[in-house]
Amino acid sequence: MSSMAERLLGMSSGPARAPNSYPMWRYLMILGIVTLGVIYALPNLFQPDYALQIRSDSADEAMTPMVLSTATAALTEAGIAIRATETNERNLIIRVNSDVDQLRGREVVQTALAATGEDYVVALNLASTTPAWLQAFGAKPMSYGLDLSGGVHFLLEVDMDKAIADRMATEEDNLRRILRENRLRYVPSRDWVDGKRIDIAFYDEAVRDEARTVIEKEYEEFRIQARDVDGRPGLWLTLTELRVREIEKYAVSQNLQSLRNRVDELGVSEPLVQSLGRSRIVVDLPGVQDSADAKRILNKFANLEFRLVARPDARPSETEIFPYEGRDIVLERRNIVTGDRVTNALQEYDPDTGTPQVSINLDGVGGDRMHDVTRDNVGNDMAILFKELRPRTRIVIEDGVEVVKHFSVEEKRLINVATIRSALGYRFRITGLGLGEARDLALLLRAGALAAPMYIVEERTVGASLGAENIDQGMRSIVIGFSLVLVFMMVYYKGFGLAANVALTVNLVLLIAVMSVLGATLTLPGIAGIVLTVGMAVDANVLIFSRIKEELAERSPQAAIEAGFDRAFLTILDANVTTFFVAIILLAIGTGPVKGFAITLAIGIVTSMFTAILGTRAIVNLVYGGRSLKKLVI
Amino acid sequence: MKTFNFDFMRWRLAASMGSGVALLVSVVTLAFAGLNFGLDFTGGTLVEVGYPKTVVANDVRVQLENAGFNNAVVQNFGTDTDLLIRVPSRPEVDQATLGDQIQALLREAEPEMEVRRSEFVGPAVGAELRETAGLAMLVALGAVMLYIMFRFTGKFSIGAVTALIHDVIITLGMFAIFRWTFDLAVLAAVLAVIGYSLNDTIVVSDRIRENFRKMRRGGAMEVINRSLNQTLGRTVVTSFTTLLVLLALLIFGGELIRGFAIALIIGVFVGTYSSIYVASNMLMVLGIRREDLVVPERERLQDDVP
Repeated sequence: MSSMAERLLGMSSGPARAPNSYPMWRYLMILGIVTLGVIYALPNLFQPDYALQIRSDSADEAMTPMVLSTATAALTEAGIAIRATETNERNLIIRVNSDVDQLRGREVVQTALAATGEDYVVALNLASTTPAWLQAFGAKPMSYGLDLSGGVHFLLEVDMDKAIADRMATEEDNLRRILRENRLRYVPSRDWVDGKRIDIAFYDEAVRDEARTVIEKEYEEFRIQARDVDGRPGLWLTLTELRVREIEKYAVSQNLQSLRNRVDELGVSEPLVQSLGRSRIVVDLPGVQDSADAKRILNKFANLEFRLVARPDARPSETEIFPYEGRDIVLERRNIVTGDRVTNALQEYDPDTGTPQVSINLDGVGGDRMHDVTRDNVGNDMAILFKELRPRTRIVIEDGVEVVKHFSVEEKRLINVATIRSALGYRFRITGLGLGEARDLALLLRAGALAAPMYIVEERTVGASLGAENIDQGMRSIVIGFSLVLVFMMVYYKGFGLAANVALTVNLVLLIAVMSVLGATLTLPGIAGIVLTVGMAVDANVLIFSRIKEELAERSPQAAIEAGFDRAFLTILDANVTTFFVAIILLAIGTGPVKGFAITLAIGIVTSMFTAILGTRAIVNLVYGGRSLKKLVI
Repeated sequence: MKTFNFDFMRWRLAASMGSGVALLVSVVTLAFAGLNFGLDFTGGTLVEVGYPKTVVANDVRVQLENAGFNNAVVQNFGTDTDLLIRVPSRPEVDQATLGDQIQALLREAEPEMEVRRSEFVGPAVGAELRETAGLAMLVALGAVMLYIMFRFTGKFSIGAVTALIHDVIITLGMFAIFRWTFDLAVLAAVLAVIGYSLNDTIVVSDRIRENFRKMRRGGAMEVINRSLNQTLGRTVVTSFTTLLVLLALLIFGGELIRGFAIALIIGVFVGTYSSIYVASNMLMVLGIRREDLVVPERERLQDDVP
């Protein structure tokens, strides 16, 4: 251990070197690290500009100068000053002077671009002002967490019960088909699905056993057991845990994709959408102020169904009745196509009447089906159903404990009935919706349907003004706390205090540099962590100085300095290890704000050990090393 | 830097009684009144709104009541233009939009009103966070205790662990007694207190151990007193600088960070006190003697000189 200390501290082990001096390379190394620290910490000093980010939705289209001129003309007309513009591939950035200009500018630009008929997303953005020479090093400022930037955080829970129930219903249909195709008679007209299990009853055991062989050949997802069902020989098909996981994974990934598309549509510049655990999804939308609007779009489980209006001779079991404009319309149960087959959807206005409409493009399979069905039904009516799931909760008593259960209410609304005039193809229009509905429907169809409904289980919205206030107060705490410590150290330790203060400043710079390089997000608890680190980082220096002072009673000044640093080393290591432990535990178990604090604390411990042990030593060596000291004042 | 010569151990009985009473009050309050958990842990809805002019909390409460929000808690927050509105979890309504409804209602009455923050935590998430928080605290304590056992031997580890538990219980107890809100940030602070408290104890205990070997004469009382005095300068300076920055946080950091700062301030005081009067006192109670250190420490002599 002491040899390690020797190496780390650069204790003079040979007689050749003067006491308390580092070899040149060591000074250079420390200088190099500090320089790197300064470079990577610097970008945080440059305040970002408020900016508008315009991007095109169609994948192959590069930003044209036309878009830029349209946008800037509109902004100038509205009296909004433009600071700068830049174009890169599919993005156009327009910098403006204030957040007020930014918000107003977005509406102005959106309106101006909507008139061009193309689809553009206009997002609020913070454009970096880091100078090019710093960017050349890859240096960039820390990003702010939602509590500093303002914005919305959602935690969504995917309804797995529903995802599994949907899957079981599909499998039930498949099983009935397979059994029918193999002419295996089962007891009809009973509900087969019971949670994660399907029960099938047969008339005799021979058929049951044959059915088992057939099903086992076709299915891997079920554990199949021969059991009595309703007093008859039957089969229990239980979904295996592996398959349940697969369904969950699929539901989460499908919803993730759809959420990402939706978030894109909302025009958020740097959103975060990621899964958490088995059934949850985190969505962070920096800069978004209207959480109600975001919620409406994100969590909407809406879809379309195209169906034929039933002929008078249709069997009642194959039809469904919906009210429409005061009368009842009988529809076929079967869909022609659903919203899943939509490749693009745009909200437009009917050129004749000026009412909102949605123009829809179908994919190949959907278009073919639509064409075939409508070709055979010219003169008949087709209906469009708008289907929506609304989240609800209820309290259930489970094992004597109140548990909140989520469930959804399905609402189907007939929005349009029209006579088929000719065979339809891949492109057609839907009318009969309000403007808001049309816009949302177009967006949801574009973004893709959710695989299973979701519930918001946590939401945190921070207003822009509170975020700015948090930054101000946080920064003020750092500056004031830091200054107080510097003054105190100067007064209490004089010359050595100066060395400690330099080390402390370097520590702060390094801490910020490391956080920036790691791409850590700065949060309010993170700022608190920085402040706390500043206060506690002094400890290492204090331990060293008090040790030197004690050693002075028995040794010469040079020997006391050497012994002081050497002996304090293990104590410093020891004292920091415990706090480091706690920081790591916080990092592992903690969520959101706690994590921000933990990261700062952990990095702060490492940087403060470096600066106190190597940095302070280098300064002390430079000042006192290599000369004969008669007296040393601490 | 001065040299001190206090007879710390003279007051050890009084200090033990003080600690005992503080612990008892803390445990009783925690057991019967419990912590005043914040929204993070209880679940529910919270909206912080800013008005352009002074606003009376009760007026808004009546306004909410008339609209059917019967159990809303409305209070001024920080300034008299800011309000904090809390609504507990309620079944049968779409929880997630409760905050939106309240905002819409208040905006109708005062269009200039600004939503500063709006939070909703579902009951399941709240319960999970409570569980995780408890787990985090236990794991942190457990890991640190393991480290102590590996780091110290016998009586020293008992002293350090006692000091640690003493600090955490009293910090939590203060939050229970004064009904301060215990949220995630405070939890982080309490965990940091665990680290800080131990940090102090280690420095003091190391010095005691070193002095037991160095001082050929003198009983345990004398050795401990001498060690405490030798480390006192460092203890005071470190605690003082930490307090300086924490005070800066408390005064300038704003409402959201207040609980965090308070928890750490308590932790610094209690942690400093406990390394003197709990950890060291425990050594006295356990009857530490020079012989306790000689045998197991001989081969580690090289390492243990801090």
